Amino acid sequence: MAEPSQLSKYIESFVDSSLSPSQQAESLEAIASLLKNNQLTIETLVREMEGYLTTVDNVIRSRGILLLGEVLVRLASKPLDDATVHSLIAFFTDRLADWRALRGALVGCLALMRRKSCGGMVSGTDAKAVAESYLQNLQVQSLGQDERKLCFELMECLLERYPNDVASLGDTLMYGICESVDREKDPHCLMLTFHIIEVLSRLFTDPSGAPDFSHELFEILSCYFPIHFTHPKGEDLKIKRDDLARALMLAFSSTPLFEPYAIPLLLDKLSSSLPSAKLDSLRYLSDCTVKYGVDRMAKHVQAIWSSLKEVIFTSPGSDLSFTSESLEGLDLPKNEIAAEALSLLQKLVVQNAKLSLDLIVTDEDINMIFNMISSYKNYHEIPSEIKQRLHAVGRILSTTAKASQESCNRVFECFFGRLMDTLELSARNSSGQPDSDESTLISKRCNHGALYLSIELLSACRDLISSSETIRAASSHSEESWKSLLQNFSPSLTMAFRSAFICSSKDTHDADMYFGVKGLLILATFPGGYLLISKTVFEKILVTFVSIVIVDHDKILLWKLALKALMQIGSFIERYHDSEKEPSYMGIVVEKIVSLASAGDISMPFPLRLEALSDIGTSGQSYMLKVVQGLEEAIYANLNEVYVHGSTDSAEIVTHLLRCYSDKMIPWIRCAKGFEEVLLQFSINIWNQIESSMVFSASLTNQRGVLDAMIKAMKLAVASYSVEKQNIIVQKSYNLLISTISFPSEELFQQGRFQIAEEVDNSSGRDEWILSLFAAVIIAVYPQTHVPNKRSIVSLFMTTLLKGNVAAAQALGSMVNKLDLKSTGGQTSSDCTLEEAIDIILKSSLWIFQKNSSNIQAKIIGDRETGLNNLCNGVGRCTSLHIHAIVGLAWIGKGLLMRGHEKVKDMTMIFLQCLQSSGRANISNQDKDVSENNYELDLHHSVMKSAADAFQILMDDSEQCLNREFHAVIRPLYKQRFFSTIMPLLQSLVVKLEPHSRRFVFRASAHIIIDTPLVVVLSDSKKIIPMLLDGLSALSNDVADKDVIYGLLLVFTGILMDKNGQEAVSDSAHTIVDCLIDLMQYPHMMLVRETALQCLVAVSRLSHARIYPMRTQVLRAVIKALEDPKRAVRREAVRCRQAWASIA
Amino acid sequence: MVSGLINANPIVYEKKERQVRNVATVHDEYAVEPIDQEEIFDIKDPEHPYSLEELKVITEDAIEVDNERSYVRVTFTPTVEHCSMATVIGLCLRVKLMRSLPSHYKMDIRVAPGTHATEAAVNKQLNDKERVAAALENPNLLDMVDECLAPSYA
Repeated sequence: MAEPSQLSKYIESFVDSSLSPSQQAESLEAIASLLKNNQLTIETLVREMEGYLTTVDNVIRSRGILLLGEVLVRLASKPLDDATVHSLIAFFTDRLADWRALRGALVGCLALMRRKSCGGMVSGTDAKAVAESYLQNLQVQSLGQDERKLCFELMECLLERYPNDVASLGDTLMYGICESVDREKDPHCLMLTFHIIEVLSRLFTDPSGAPDFSHELFEILSCYFPIHFTHPKGEDLKIKRDDLARALMLAFSSTPLFEPYAIPLLLDKLSSSLPSAKLDSLRYLSDCTVKYGVDRMAKHVQAIWSSLKEVIFTSPGSDLSFTSESLEGLDLPKNEIAAEALSLLQKLVVQNAKLSLDLIVTDEDINMIFNMISSYKNYHEIPSEIKQRLHAVGRILSTTAKASQESCNRVFECFFGRLMDTLELSARNSSGQPDSDESTLISKRCNHGALYLSIELLSACRDLISSSETIRAASSHSEESWKSLLQNFSPSLTMAFRSAFICSSKDTHDADMYFGVKGLLILATFPGGYLLISKTVFEKILVTFVSIVIVDHDKILLWKLALKALMQIGSFIERYHDSEKEPSYMGIVVEKIVSLASAGDISMPFPLRLEALSDIGTSGQSYMLKVVQGLEEAIYANLNEVYVHGSTDSAEIVTHLLRCYSDKMIPWIRCAKGFEEVLLQFSINIWNQIESSMVFSASLTNQRGVLDAMIKAMKLAVASYSVEKQNIIVQKSYNLLISTISFPSEELFQQGRFQIAEEVDNSSGRDEWILSLFAAVIIAVYPQTHVPNKRSIVSLFMTTLLKGNVAAAQALGSMVNKLDLKSTGGQTSSDCTLEEAIDIILKSSLWIFQKNSSNIQAKIIGDRETGLNNLCNGVGRCTSLHIHAIVGLAWIGKGLLMRGHEKVKDMTMIFLQCLQSSGRANISNQDKDVSENNYELDLHHSVMKSAADAFQILMDDSEQCLNREFHAVIRPLYKQRFFSTIMPLLQSLVVKLEPHSRRFVFRASAHIIIDTPLVVVLSDSKKIIPMLLDGLSALSNDVADKDVIYGLLLVFTGILMDKNGQEAVSDSAHTIVDCLIDLMQYPHMMLVRETALQCLVAVSRLSHARIYPMRTQVLRAVIKALEDPKRAVRREAVRCRQAWASIA
Repeated sequence: MVSGLINANPIVYEKKERQVRNVATVHDEYAVEPIDQEEIFDIKDPEHPYSLEELKVITEDAIEVDNERSYVRVTFTPTVEHCSMATVIGLCLRVKLMRSLPSHYKMDIRVAPGTHATEAAVNKQLNDKERVAAALENPNLLDMVDECLAPSYA
């Protein structure tokens, strides 16, 4: 037991209104936990509190009662015996009369009423007593918001948990509730109020006996409709207008007794001009229709129908769009009101089919439209208001038909025949053959309005049967009249739709083709095999579409529509597993389309053929299999031509085919399951083919495109395999490689580069081909995949890249990127670790840029053992070899950089040394003597340029290799790290070099700045800006640097837009303005001039004191830009001029 | 100043769609795009929130540009005959041209013949350098002009 003194201290601190709310809450929790842990009984507590509960001081009494109530809230799960509950509820019931201490009493009542059955509940009689006291004592509307809410919660609780006990109060309860909820305005309370009325009216559903209160109750409700919610946003926390509207709707539909009052009110509000009122009315009507039942709604059906018709007819409908995208999209109205109206219509039809169908069938407006459409032949001739009504009728009929079998029958009986008459179609005669001869039908144009309506009807009944689960069961026993109608008319309808786009060759409209294709599409996609649509009809439709695809490729829209329709039929068959239709589709469509890949005699352009091919393939797995097979066969056949005869035509075709394969098929296959085997077979076949073709007349020079496409397809295919499959393909290609190509011996690398180059030149075109494909495989493998004999492969790639084979360089980069750091256990001599590979690479003499005077070379080699630095020796006459070597080294460096290996430093040092070359190849001999340790170099300009561009390769995100798709090892933030290590080096290099040779250093640093994430550059902007500006002015003389200039300017714009960047910029505002003014006249690229002007505008927003001195200078310069040959620049110049003129 | 609007209910025409920027087309980097009519659009009307083009005060046809002789002539049509805003509109046009065109261009701004009550006076006022300069010294007028021209710098 807790100490009484402690307890009274807690009580005192809660009751004491001078203490802070948190202290009060603390003591409340303390008491509650004492009770929970059985250290205190309720009885003791009440005894202890006696004084507080009965005192005449209003404040203390109310706090005391509140304490008791709150404690009970916290004991909701603790079992209490019935006697305690009884005495407590009696106390609170009594206290409801005490309006000064009401809050505590309400909280207490509520806490007790909400108790679960397990731990002592309030008995029915006690609940009734609470209700009586409530009704007698509480003047709800005169209370504050919080108390009102508690009151409503209490009433809600009473009604929900003790409905029978409370109901016995009868009239008193009704009156009391009506009184208390009247004119409530607070949204939280309203939510409760609506719910109370909903429960209450359910309670008194039985009209016998008790007097009818529905009118009074509805009076209260009706003034809230439609909900007008003006609470400003953000103020009210959770309740939204929609919540209130829904709660009110439930209250409206709670009892059928409201029907005489509610429906007229809703219909009245439906005619309001306020869209939200319209929408709400429609929703409420839908709900009420379902809840009130058939009998009560019957007398309103007519009124509702006429209002609905009004709404649907006047809802702003858009014109039909005749594009291929809208082919399958249901013609649902965009307008929410119309959609709501149609759903109400559907509910009406489902509920009271006979009555509502009578109304619809005999409706004058609908019949008028039917009479009217026959007078317009062409869709585009129909005036827009009639078009709107036509669409409305279409929607009404399709909604009605979709509602049930019965309604579908009725609609078909009444309207389908008329449509067929308008279209002048005849039913199939008894023999089952279409009796109309094709020639007469094709010669005349069909009525578009009627076509449109028949399409709506057909799609409605298609949706009806696809939604019903038991298609076959339903159709076998019941003789649905619409089905027989459809069966009879389907052949002639097919003819009509076909003729829609065939006949009108002269003045064809989009509508013709659209209606024709859509109609046929719907007929072809009726579920349930050939039950409704016969096999002949279905196949005729397919043949029609296929012939359009093959022949009419010059009519773009029709072609697209037909192809799309074929795709949808395909995916429909796949979805419904329609085993009857699938063979026809395969035979007619897939086979024919697949044959497009290889057939040479058709006039159809190749890109279109491939589009058809890939579209049909993507509509289903089994089709894709066929399509892929067809495509592959075509590829092999054409490749063979290329290999054997070097045919240029075949080369072009195979390039297209391969592109299609890698762009469309491989991505799809990756998503689908179970196709890996097919892909693997593809690459194996490619290898087999090249292996078996010993006569090889394809040369690299004229079939470069084919090889590139093959490399791409091979990379993508291999990248999508699992590790095991990759092992297979690597092994396969490696075997072929060793059988054809002799690996370079290790000694070769100790010789000069010219010997190596000569060695490489000996290889044939086929070798080159095989090597490039092998490189593609290596680029795409996982790091875990086993690559045999890595040592030799590394050497092989190194020799190959000297020939300028970039794929080999990239493959080398990928290998270096993915090699194991440590050697694995079962290592053979041919395997190698990363360190070893790097050793092989760096020690080779490839990078020794040979010097013709051997003494210097000797000196250099003696200087450092690795021979690394020897790279930077060179002569001008083997420039292209140098460039190839540098590009190769750059890719290797990229591989290392991305995995964060520190050896990348050695490579960047090589590049930096190249950049230091004086660029004067012939006159540098005397310089050499001066600076022995400086390795002053003589390299051709283009070599230096490629050394600068090596940094671009290092930093750029490549699509060709070393990315996520090709499973590269990528260390996070590698760019950032490289940026911060290399920039200081470059900066010091700039200082060290003579001004005229700095250009390539600037180009290198520009590449780095451009490819580093902007955030990183911004954090370092103070140091970068001088470099950036120097770069801008140094590079602005050469056309070749224009893209770099533009990239730098964009980075600069980024800096100017940033808060920190602006601070850094304003220090060097003067230099910046000078630089930008120069760029304003940059002759080689409009974008540079334009961006420079935009930068100037941004500069004009810097602090006034900084920029004002430059104002006249800028204005004078901008005037020149006003005469720029390009309009965009002039426009920016005007803006810039205005911006600077107005800072005065 | 007259209280109320001078033309309370003007007819608003549709703005002609101009291709703002066509990035897709391959630019010839060194091709010359001559200065033409398009440079003068997007001026707001002094009393309505529409551009002068939308009110058909100026149209593309009413602007003659002669690049050979560096000469521009703009003929504008006030919405109503007694429009006292005609001079302000003319001033806006002149300022816009002054700011947009290279300085060696000569410009001539006039009211379309027969569309304004005091046609001659307006024309004279608009093409008098001194009076234009004086008008631009007036801060109220300058503010008004700047407000009208604001959208063309957006």
